[in-house]
Amino acid sequence: MTALLQVKAVETYYGNIRALAGVDVEVQKGEIVCLIGANGAGKSTLMMTICGSPQARTGQILFEGRDITRMPTHEIARLRIAQSPEGRRIFPRMTVYENLQMGASLDNLKYFNEDVEKMFALFPRLKERQSQRGGTLSGGEQQMLSIARALMARPKLLLLDEPSLGLAPLIVKGIFEAIRKLNETEGLTVFLVEQNAFAALKLSHRAYVMVNGQVTMSGGGRELLANPEVRAAYLEGGRH
Amino acid sequence: MEYFVQQLVNGLTLGSIYGMIAIGYTMVYGIIGMINFAHGDIFMLGGFAALIVFLALTSLFAGVPVVIALLVMMIVAMIMASLWNWTIERVAYRPLRGSFRLAPLITAIGMSIALSNFIQVTQGPRNKPIPPMVSSVYNIAGITISLKQILIIVITAVLLSVFWYIVHRTPLGRAQRATEQDRKMAALLGIDVDRTISVTFIMGAALAAVAGTMYLMYYGVVVFTDGFIPGVKAFTAAVLGGIGSLPGAVLGGLLIGLIESLWSAYFTIDYKDVATFSILAIVLIFKPSGILGRPEVEKV
Ligand SMILES: Nc1ncnc2c1ncn2[C@@H]1O[C@H](COP(=O)(O)OP(=O)(O)OP(=O)(O)O)[C@@H](O)[C@H]1O
Ligand SMILES: [Mg+2]
Repeated sequence: MTALLQVKAVETYYGNIRALAGVDVEVQKGEIVCLIGANGAGKSTLMMTICGSPQARTGQILFEGRDITRMPTHEIARLRIAQSPEGRRIFPRMTVYENLQMGASLDNLKYFNEDVEKMFALFPRLKERQSQRGGTLSGGEQQMLSIARALMARPKLLLLDEPSLGLAPLIVKGIFEAIRKLNETEGLTVFLVEQNAFAALKLSHRAYVMVNGQVTMSGGGRELLANPEVRAAYLEGGRH
Repeated sequence: MEYFVQQLVNGLTLGSIYGMIAIGYTMVYGIIGMINFAHGDIFMLGGFAALIVFLALTSLFAGVPVVIALLVMMIVAMIMASLWNWTIERVAYRPLRGSFRLAPLITAIGMSIALSNFIQVTQGPRNKPIPPMVSSVYNIAGITISLKQILIIVITAVLLSVFWYIVHRTPLGRAQRATEQDRKMAALLGIDVDRTISVTFIMGAALAAVAGTMYLMYYGVVVFTDGFIPGVKAFTAAVLGGIGSLPGAVLGGLLIGLIESLWSAYFTIDYKDVATFSILAIVLIFKPSGILGRPEVEKV
């Protein structure tokens, strides 16, 4: 069976700087796959390259077997790849509710009422704040909104760039729990970047380790968790 | 007192026209952060389109009802102006998006000159007059209000409500606001950013064309240089109200219309532009982002 997402030998540049130096990654349908790596390794660049912004200079990205390497970002989104990007990117002068509506623009709000209730159940905080402007939310609330907005698109592939960033441990636990539940009950496929490697590896079926724009290691989540190299670099305060 | 109210009505009429033009400046600025200097000429072009339609209608169907004539003038002007503005954005601005900031600005000035020269060459350099279209005048408690003025004020109010509705209550408006606030994120959510920007140019041009038609009906004359002064005034209105803000553009337009007509009525008409720009300067000293401009308070 071909993977849902295939990234093949992808190189991405910012000007003359090569941020991804031949990356190969696969995500199967129904999997939770995690990407860990030091700051500046190129994790966010890979997430954005999958969405075509920036586009890969060489290599190939396939989604459901279809080449999306040169597709414009909005068309990629319409294939149901949703991202909660680095920095959250909440629309600051739109309300929480409108931000969620933006998430559901692909279906022209067809399932909005139904889905928004699910999001409010998942993040009751957002329900309380629904008419507040996005820009005035706390960092953690913005993070929840960003994830919820991505889910509103009913994605086939959910990309999460550091979903735990800036959140209290209890909320992180809640979010990881929610991801697991969506994965188990609805078969949601998730590809996430995490600094919180311990929790992420525990959650994930498989994981990749990225160093300087290249994937250096991959394996089962728990397998990497037990790997002494990974432990030294990402779990016990060490740095590469 | 009656004289004052009279001037108020005149000012509101003029201000409505400025406000309608100012919307186009402010929307385009909001969404791509550039001043479309050709926008004043789009307004002028709308006036000319209306003029040509008027001449054609009156010579082909003598005695065509004024309402129909106005409606057709407005619609054709809107289509023509939209086509032009769409084309300009497509060929002259879009390729420069993402290059250094002054490049599109200079191109816009070039487009402005090109448009006014095009009209000068094809339509001639002289004033183009039309006979009065709407001449009824009402006298209410000592104040003279012409039907023209009522038409302008009512049409402006209706169109602005429609615009407000589109921007704040429809998926298109949401896409426009999203694109304005974070273009990359909008694309990640499936919004076709280029298309949204095109639509914004079209909407701005359509309003400017209505303003052009109203201007022609009100003053009975249009000339190829008409893009400049009203254009600059409307731009000033947009800045005064807070560039990027829709209600700000309308408020700025009305204020400038009022300042002009009140100043001309009580002081000397020669200095009305000095008065306008002095007030702009004073407002910007105390509120650098304009009257309704947003102070940047958000965490981003
Ligand atoms: N817009 C940009 N222009 C130039 N260089 C960039 C740009 N964005 C990222 N880079 C560079 O590309 C490299 C990879 O950045 P990226 O954001 O992908 O790292 P990351 O793994 O997500 O790091 P972090 O964990 O800090 O988020 C870094 O060296 C960064 O400086
Ligand atoms: Mg990152």
